[in-house]
Amino acid sequence: MTHPQQQAVLTAAGIHKRFGALVVLDAVDFTMAADEAVGIVGPNGAGKTTLLSVLSGAFPPSSGKVSFKGDDVTTLTATQRCRLGLVRTHQVPKPFSGMTTFENVFVAASHGAGLGRDEAYEEALGSLTLCGMLSVANRRAETLGLLDRKRLELARALAARPTLLLLDEIGGGLTDGEAGELVDTIKELRRRKIGIVWIEHIVHILLQVAERLICMDAGRIIADGDPQTVMADPQVIHAYLGGGPK
Amino acid sequence: MSAASTSPVIERGTATSRIAAVAVAVIIALLAIAPQFLSAGAVDRMTALFIYVILAAMWNALAGFGGLVSVGQQVFFGLGAYFAIRLADAGLKPFASLFVSAIVVGVVSVPLSLFMLRLRNGEFAIGMWVIAALTHLLVNLDRLVQGETGTSLISLNVYDAGTRRMTIYWLALASMTALLAMLFGLLRGSTGAAIRAIRDNEDAAASVGVRVTGTKRLLFVLAAFGIGIAGALWLATSITFQPKTYFNVQWTAYMIFMVLVGGIGTFEGAILGALVFFLIETWFGGTGVWYLIGLGATAVLFSLFLPRGLWGTVEERFGLRLLPVGYRVRLPGNPTAPADDGTAPSPRQSTQHQEKA
Repeated sequence: MTHPQQQAVLTAAGIHKRFGALVVLDAVDFTMAADEAVGIVGPNGAGKTTLLSVLSGAFPPSSGKVSFKGDDVTTLTATQRCRLGLVRTHQVPKPFSGMTTFENVFVAASHGAGLGRDEAYEEALGSLTLCGMLSVANRRAETLGLLDRKRLELARALAARPTLLLLDEIGGGLTDGEAGELVDTIKELRRRKIGIVWIEHIVHILLQVAERLICMDAGRIIADGDPQTVMADPQVIHAYLGGGPK
Repeated sequence: MSAASTSPVIERGTATSRIAAVAVAVIIALLAIAPQFLSAGAVDRMTALFIYVILAAMWNALAGFGGLVSVGQQVFFGLGAYFAIRLADAGLKPFASLFVSAIVVGVVSVPLSLFMLRLRNGEFAIGMWVIAALTHLLVNLDRLVQGETGTSLISLNVYDAGTRRMTIYWLALASMTALLAMLFGLLRGSTGAAIRAIRDNEDAAASVGVRVTGTKRLLFVLAAFGIGIAGALWLATSITFQPKTYFNVQWTAYMIFMVLVGGIGTFEGAILGALVFFLIETWFGGTGVWYLIGLGATAVLFSLFLPRGLWGTVEERFGLRLLPVGYRVRLPGNPTAPADDGTAPSPRQSTQHQEKA
């Protein structure tokens, strides 16, 4: 493990997650500092999204402990973790489809960030502007296309004022050009000192942001460190491309 | 985002909605003095209309805004009447017992919400019906009620018929106004946005910091309280209490009918739906079984051809909003055309409606 010396903002220790007999996370240990940008890669079924769900509080781990900003948050709900500054986006966008784009983001600003009305307006407009969504602010979210739904996931999470943002395949299904726009937005978040954990299959866009890369396979972390080193790791290549027994 | 001239403005109302607000106040004032010009029968009918509006607005808030579709709301209607009987029997003034009863219904709904709100969608809907049937049976065990023989709010007899009719009319009008105002305030505030977010996606709402269970509970209890008032008022108008009448699922069927026809999830829709139902009942209520067939057919036709209901369709077609609870963003440098909302036709006419809400 090559995590920096700064105070860890998020720590997951000995995380196991089982769904019935299926072991999805098998003794995962993970630590990151507040200003890090960590990318997570791995083949389908490696347990990446499950790890993100355990970190964000969507469901509890079968065993293990999650700490955020020095406090044990293992038993806290997603709502409580969001209010502490640990916010996620969803791989399959989950817009509030009957509400407008602005209203979607306003909910996060007023409940997630706990802002009063006027401040929440500012915050919501700010994140819509940052994500380039101001022109569709009054559209019902159900009428948005995939790119806008992905952007909305990001804008909504941002309006909750995260200290740490968990991104689940925010670039998935987009063209290179579209994904590039999202990368620009995420780079801006880095300038604002928001920590990032980003799961992504499209490695070349991930590497524009990630300073550290983790590779998961079969519920375990098999490599963790400098992106170039991790991508060159024989185990990582094996996990992705398969091959005979090691 | 600091220069006022360049930053977008959030609008809550429109020019139309400000006129509508005045119109609503005028209508309520007219209704308040109306009994002086109406026959006794008409006053009774109007009282029924107010009760229908309460029922429709409450079910719409629960299902249309909160996504909590219940087919057991008659439990609160029945309990509203039952507790009023009980409280009056214990010596409370009959009119006071109507409202204390509604508060008791609200209180009872809190422990009920603890387990009912764990259920989702269809389970919740049917679960509420089971609760209603169960409560009906329990109420039947009360000796005061005398099983299905029923009992009456006898203490109302101390007032003469005229006074009683007027008082109930005004109480119903006041209750409807207060409950609608309360609902509008709730739905228009940031809690209202949270309620709609939960309806659209509960998990996503939790992940952006919405307190899902607490918010649902608030709505559930408010709806129970409102429907409790409706049940108590209905008791006051009809005097007699027979459990099977009050705990009948037809009450929820009426609520669903009113909301679907009027326009689910729009504040105006529930009121319009109650009015439509009231008119259908007034004109065709005497035709017996054909009336019920007509109601059913209307509901089927609406769900097939106008799934957004009357008001939902008007809103979609014409962008008309009389009592809006949502938020519109007006972008700078484009004062007459708000950002494309994908529904309203582009307002090419340059009417000067730039006021903020």
